[in-house]
Amino acid sequence: MTLTKEYIYELLAEVKDPEVPVLSIEELGVLREVEIVDGLINVIITPTYSGCPAMNAIEDEIRNTMAASGIKNIKIETTFSPPWTTDWMTQTAKNKLKEYGIAPPGKTDNDSFLKSFLEKQIVCPFCDSGKTIVKSEFGSTACKSLHYCNSCRQPFEHFKCI
Amino acid sequence: MSSKISNLTESHLFEYLLRLGDDRLILGHRLSEWCGHGPILEEDIALANVALDCVGQAKSFLSLAGKVENKGRTEDDLSYFREAVEFRNLQLLEQPNIDFAYTIARQFFYDVYSYFLYEELSKSSFDELAGLAVKSLKEVKYHVRHSREWILRLGDGTEESHAKIQEAVNERWRFTNELFEDDIVVESLSGEGVVVKNSNLKTSWNEFVTDTFEKATIVKPVNVIDYSKGSRIGNHSEYLGHLLAEMQIVARSFPDAEW
Repeated sequence: MTLTKEYIYELLAEVKDPEVPVLSIEELGVLREVEIVDGLINVIITPTYSGCPAMNAIEDEIRNTMAASGIKNIKIETTFSPPWTTDWMTQTAKNKLKEYGIAPPGKTDNDSFLKSFLEKQIVCPFCDSGKTIVKSEFGSTACKSLHYCNSCRQPFEHFKCI
Repeated sequence: MSSKISNLTESHLFEYLLRLGDDRLILGHRLSEWCGHGPILEEDIALANVALDCVGQAKSFLSLAGKVENKGRTEDDLSYFREAVEFRNLQLLEQPNIDFAYTIARQFFYDVYSYFLYEELSKSSFDELAGLAVKSLKEVKYHVRHSREWILRLGDGTEESHAKIQEAVNERWRFTNELFEDDIVVESLSGEGVVVKNSNLKTSWNEFVTDTFEKATIVKPVNVIDYSKGSRIGNHSEYLGHLLAEMQIVARSFPDAEW
């Protein structure tokens, strides 16, 4: 059988982010490109944050998933440029996040440095109320911040918009 | 890398990338010492997150340094198998945490510096450096917001918090002069559009810091004796050796171990 890019993407759809297991690495925007050159499969990925500790786990998972379908001739490359942005996340992916209980990121804008100090209103993923407050800009993983909803009194996480 | 880059520029570039990497590695390690000791849970998590970003950025810069040097050294070789005199980080960053106020003062000074530095490095003629700067800039925005918030809260807080942050600012200010020093490495690379002169960052840094201090009712130190000298050529305070001993011991005891 000849390996096609489409087939590889299909296989990689099974590789989830270990920290946000409802999203595949493609939906998250971590999977950048698949190249096939002379039977060698080159998978290019990019970290969400520079220090993302999930990258090794993601690489292992890519290898395991491919190996399960008998594909061993692969190379995984990490790129930093262009830098990962939450804008690469599809609407479907954002909906999945919300269902999972994580407030999805909005659209990034080119706010000036000082303007970025102003708090943006984050909508509660549970009751859709805008009456929420930031608890901390750093959450359980590098990509999330901590919030609290004053309407339904639930703490929740928000996928930071970068 | 572009073939235009000469051997001399290459060795300067290696030096410069070591500085970027070492600054973040050492600061990241210091911050990691707070893990499990933060004043509140949210802050414990925040400091660990910032530490993670620092170490992640260090990994990228040191890995690129190894590539530029072209002697087969990886980011791990550079982190774990160099001696204190070979480290190029600023003395400010190796200073002990002391308490939360000292930690925040050090962090604020360096976060603001990093922000303006990355903004300029994003325009570097060396694509790989520019790419890393664009990425790191996104992360550093959060860092500045975090440390600035604390400067405001502690400075304009209680009598005790004000006294503590004022003392920390006074003490750590002595190490800030080095942030803006230029030498032959910076001069030659900036001439080729690869990096920005550190001295060019001073005005923006000063304005931002002064503005924050005013809002925080912190008095900006004046006539301070400059403590730090020569970090970039390997002169360090006694604290770096102790930090490295702890950071490097596992890698040195079990070289090439995997887990």
